[in-house]
Amino acid sequence: MLKKRGRSTIVFDQGPVILSAASVAGQKEGEGPLGSGIDFISEDSFFGQKTWEAAESEMQKKAVKLAMNRIGAHSQDIDYLFAGDLLSQLMASSFGLMDLQIPMFGLYGACSTMGEALSLGAMAIDGGFAKRAMAVTSSHYASAEKEFRFPLNYGNQRPLSATWTVTGSAAVILGKPEKTAGRTVCIQAVTTGCITDFGVKDSMNMGACMAPAAADTLSRHFKDLNVMPDDYDWIFTGDLGMVGQKILIDLMKKEGYDLSGKHRDCGIEIYDAQTQDTHAGGSGCGCSALTLAAYILPMMLKGEWNRVLFMPTGALLSTTSFHEGKTVPGTAHAVVLTAGAA
Amino acid sequence: MNDNNHTFTGTSEKMKQAKKKAYNAYVKQVTPSHNCFLNTLNAFLSGGLICLFGQWLINVFENKGHPHEIAVSYETLVLIFISILLTGFNLVTPIVKVAGAGYLVPITGFANSVAACAIEYKKEGQVFGVGSKIFTIAGPVIIYGMVSSAFFGLIYYVLLMTGLG
Repeated sequence: MLKKRGRSTIVFDQGPVILSAASVAGQKEGEGPLGSGIDFISEDSFFGQKTWEAAESEMQKKAVKLAMNRIGAHSQDIDYLFAGDLLSQLMASSFGLMDLQIPMFGLYGACSTMGEALSLGAMAIDGGFAKRAMAVTSSHYASAEKEFRFPLNYGNQRPLSATWTVTGSAAVILGKPEKTAGRTVCIQAVTTGCITDFGVKDSMNMGACMAPAAADTLSRHFKDLNVMPDDYDWIFTGDLGMVGQKILIDLMKKEGYDLSGKHRDCGIEIYDAQTQDTHAGGSGCGCSALTLAAYILPMMLKGEWNRVLFMPTGALLSTTSFHEGKTVPGTAHAVVLTAGAA
Repeated sequence: MNDNNHTFTGTSEKMKQAKKKAYNAYVKQVTPSHNCFLNTLNAFLSGGLICLFGQWLINVFENKGHPHEIAVSYETLVLIFISILLTGFNLVTPIVKVAGAGYLVPITGFANSVAACAIEYKKEGQVFGVGSKIFTIAGPVIIYGMVSSAFFGLIYYVLLMTGLG
């Protein structure tokens, strides 16, 4: 029987299980509200390397090794890597992960990459193509500023709608469901996003660029599975920030869904808006990945939450298209996480 | 039939544009922005302070016996030097957060834009890094500054020739 439901959702027979997760972050993220859940925090924003790009690679390497160590796995135990970052030609992933010699699919979904990687990893396992697959993403404040905006030491005023790129990386190992003693978290379903463009050109207001994509994926998810917001403990979007959150709730209200009291955003959770001066919140491939590994999964394993919709959002911004006057389209990939005894 | 199709695509495209326009208007409404008056005031005060410091430097150099033109050049050099030093210590970003255009419009902003690029792209080598990317931000200011000064120079020349200047 076809596992596809509706236009864009897949329901797995036996949801692939999250065997292990690990997170690595910079100091600012360590000082944020989720700091205590992060596995490794580096005071050195270069992570012992000479360039920002190498620093980001080092974070990925570290996250992957921590995730493997947690379950005593080695490179040869992982069948596939699904990895991505924000840099040109996925520089951080290819240089960070090449030593592992694990067959790898490089992904670009901007900040939604963790959702994309988890979806594909789960499909590979459910389809019987892999026993274990790993999803890993990263972002670094300095390398992202350099890639998309200005050199780090250049003085400019950030608008209040701007988000702060998270310095961090997280790796998640997925595997076949097995009988285990404790609680486990599994991926029950995934909804894949389309590219959505509502004509916003302001790259400093990415929440507004991505909110329509989040609303689109979310309403399709609800329709495909015939579920409602109340069927989840929380609906986590990736990095809509304060502005995007408001827009998403408004857009969903128009679609007939009430998200208030159900919606949270990784970008809002990761920094303290009052003390950390991050304006609208956090963003980047590392934002949702870090929140997943350091906050959402631990809360689910502890038994606080049983059903969470994890939906990283991505602003598909390129400096070339931006300067050529194009808009900033968005996308969002939803992953249904359920916790319980295996 | 074809005509109908055309009409249909036409309206649909129009509707799409209208939807985008409405969304952009809504986004503008819900997006918070900096207080323009406060920003202007901060820029005015901080920019004024930098200029006051510059004038003080000119006076100091003149008092040391340098002619006015030389004193002005020395003053510019000192401001550039201080701004580059602040850039190196990553102190310009916190200053600009408050000062805004007050710091960016005087020569201090120009020096920061060049030094920041030099520091960032040094890792990409002396030729393709520093050499080709040092003016990434300052480049447009230089080129359009030169073009407009040539243009105004031409106007001045014409005025001189016609006896109006």
